[in-house]
Amino acid sequence: MKSLDELAKIRDEAKSKMGVREGSKDIRIVVGMATCGISAGARPVLKALVEEIKIRSLQDISVSQTGCIGICRYEPIIEVFESGKEKVTYIEMTPEKAKKIVSEHIVNGNVIDDYTIGSVSGKYSSHGTVEDF
Amino acid sequence: MDLYRAHVLVCGGTGCTASNSEAILNTFQKELKKNELDQEVKVIKTGCFGLCEAGPICIVYPEGAFYAGVQVKDISTIVEEHLLKGRIVKDLLYKGAFEKDTIRSLDNVDFYKKQMRIALRNCGVIDPEDINEYIAMDGYQALGKVLAEMTPMEVTKIVQQSGLRGRGGGGFPTGKKWEFASKIKGEQKYVVCNADEGDPGAFMDRSVLEGDPHVVVEAMAIAGYAIGANEGYVYVRAEYPIAVKRLQIAIDQAKEMGLLGDNIFDSGFNFNLSIRLGAGAFVCGEETALLNSIEGKRGMPRPRPPFPANKGLWQKPTLLSNVETFSNIPRIIINGPEWMANIGTEKSKGTKVFALTGKINNTGLVEIPMGTTLREVVYEIGGGIPNGKKFKAVQTGGPSGGCITKDHLDTPIDYDNLIQLSSMMGSGGMVVMDEDNCMVDIAKFFLEFTMDESCGKCPPCRIGTKRMYEILEDITNGKGEMEDIERLEKLAYNIKASALCGLGQTSPNPILSTLRFFRDEYEAHVKDKRCPAGVCQELLTYSVVADLCKKCGICAGKCPAECIDGEKGKTVYTIQKDKCIKCGACLEACPFKAIIKS
Repeated sequence: MKSLDELAKIRDEAKSKMGVREGSKDIRIVVGMATCGISAGARPVLKALVEEIKIRSLQDISVSQTGCIGICRYEPIIEVFESGKEKVTYIEMTPEKAKKIVSEHIVNGNVIDDYTIGSVSGKYSSHGTVEDF
Repeated sequence: MDLYRAHVLVCGGTGCTASNSEAILNTFQKELKKNELDQEVKVIKTGCFGLCEAGPICIVYPEGAFYAGVQVKDISTIVEEHLLKGRIVKDLLYKGAFEKDTIRSLDNVDFYKKQMRIALRNCGVIDPEDINEYIAMDGYQALGKVLAEMTPMEVTKIVQQSGLRGRGGGGFPTGKKWEFASKIKGEQKYVVCNADEGDPGAFMDRSVLEGDPHVVVEAMAIAGYAIGANEGYVYVRAEYPIAVKRLQIAIDQAKEMGLLGDNIFDSGFNFNLSIRLGAGAFVCGEETALLNSIEGKRGMPRPRPPFPANKGLWQKPTLLSNVETFSNIPRIIINGPEWMANIGTEKSKGTKVFALTGKINNTGLVEIPMGTTLREVVYEIGGGIPNGKKFKAVQTGGPSGGCITKDHLDTPIDYDNLIQLSSMMGSGGMVVMDEDNCMVDIAKFFLEFTMDESCGKCPPCRIGTKRMYEILEDITNGKGEMEDIERLEKLAYNIKASALCGLGQTSPNPILSTLRFFRDEYEAHVKDKRCPAGVCQELLTYSVVADLCKKCGICAGKCPAECIDGEKGKTVYTIQKDKCIKCGACLEACPFKAIIKS
């Protein structure tokens, strides 16, 4: 160890890897991981999210799971909670879409409207519209 | 270190290790692998979380779910439900950590709410075997700052200004100690850490060494710089194998990273650290006996003066402090002396760690700001007395301390207040007693300990503790006379005045303090031959209440002395008082509560 700068570098690197242990985060991404979510492919989505956050060394983001969000036919679903903003619900996720959400929404702050649950509102489905739901 | 989306922290302190946390850790790893989660979820072995009563403990992040009393068979549920499907297993959560369907963060659980963690700040938070995690919590920043920006005099001054006092017992101002050691001229000086924690029931220092060993390494290097020493020793008891192992790992890692050894931070400052194991003699916690033991001599105290600051290890100037004292140092350097000076009472600054045991719901390790009242510790943090029993007293300071009664529950805890109450801070044992504890018996327990642990060098301690113990034995056996109480008191004051070291001088304290507050109990033993708490066996009699006896004979079957007579279904059973060994087996066995103890 030669200098405080060298120490600070080690600290910052180690800190980012321990971030998961610090309670409240600015941004929380929640993946629906009930049976319906998992069978629709939520696990690769979750993996892709973690992977992308790691590659971009993003801070203050937690990825966690939740149970059934309730609209099983749109699984895999992820929800993004940001303090002070309304939550955004993305549906029918794939690993590719998930990566794009990290780069567009999380990094640049642009919600990808096409992936949100709002994009299907009004569309006909055998169970009624999203608004009915 | 890779990025993981979730961390499972498993307590690896001695308490939880004893209740199988090692197997829990391994099962977690196995189950995670089975569910293909081992690349996403990391399992970390930490130090003590403090709430030992609820062990073995695991915390799952990012949710911060606090699982208590975890068994190996529960792991698959936690992995499959919580870590795979994201459903927190509510049934396994610590009951105080769960309210109205939401998880309360640890800081809001009653046990932790009133605590303030400085010495224990990293315990249960980091992996003690990974130096990177310590560095992530600003570890070694203080050492770097000291070496880069400060003169040794400035470091000593900061410690002085902080108001920190020794946490090992006496409460001597730490800064003053540093100043003495730094001013003495000498080619070779030493820094020594006292980790020979020996008070019955105390495990503060063990937890720091197990949960955050690097803090001691860093603080000792800072002390070395401040007083001009390039060598240090940690004297730790061999009965702490986990602490010894983790401390050795910490020293090795620090060496490898260049945080110990030569030319640390390119400053020209060298510091080396090694461990010395103690063989478990209580007296080796006394500083001069400890130094003798490190030198390879028999662990016996030397007369003071000369004090270790002048002539310590191998007659060289030595700075000797306890683990908890050292663990405060890096924070003081980083946050500044005013920060610590603002915590606590007028003359006692900062926090103190206590090992809370005895008749208390939340057994465990607590760190509180000085000035917290005993009532807050016992009833809020400790969760009160189990089984609806009445609080009787708190014993602090171990075999050197005394008892504090319910009249003084609202006393703010600090060095000077405890001494006023004829107890002492000591190293931080805190044993809670309820109405079922006999105070004469408690005094006898501690006297037996000091008598056994007396090194034998000075007669007041070697002979005096034995005599005091014999008098207490007579009293508890119903053979005491009223003069015995006076004799005991006189002897106690004489030993206090004449013993060589702290161990001997403080050995009468448990007697003096129980005599002060519970003289009536002593008198009941002597005059009425009665033990009010029903503890002292010789003073007890067991008898059968004829009206309640159902003539079933269960008691007679259980009696190991075969001294209960009667005929099943025909006669009421009776106990032969002269043959009864007062074991209490009949009392426990009787389904009709027909046997009483008086």
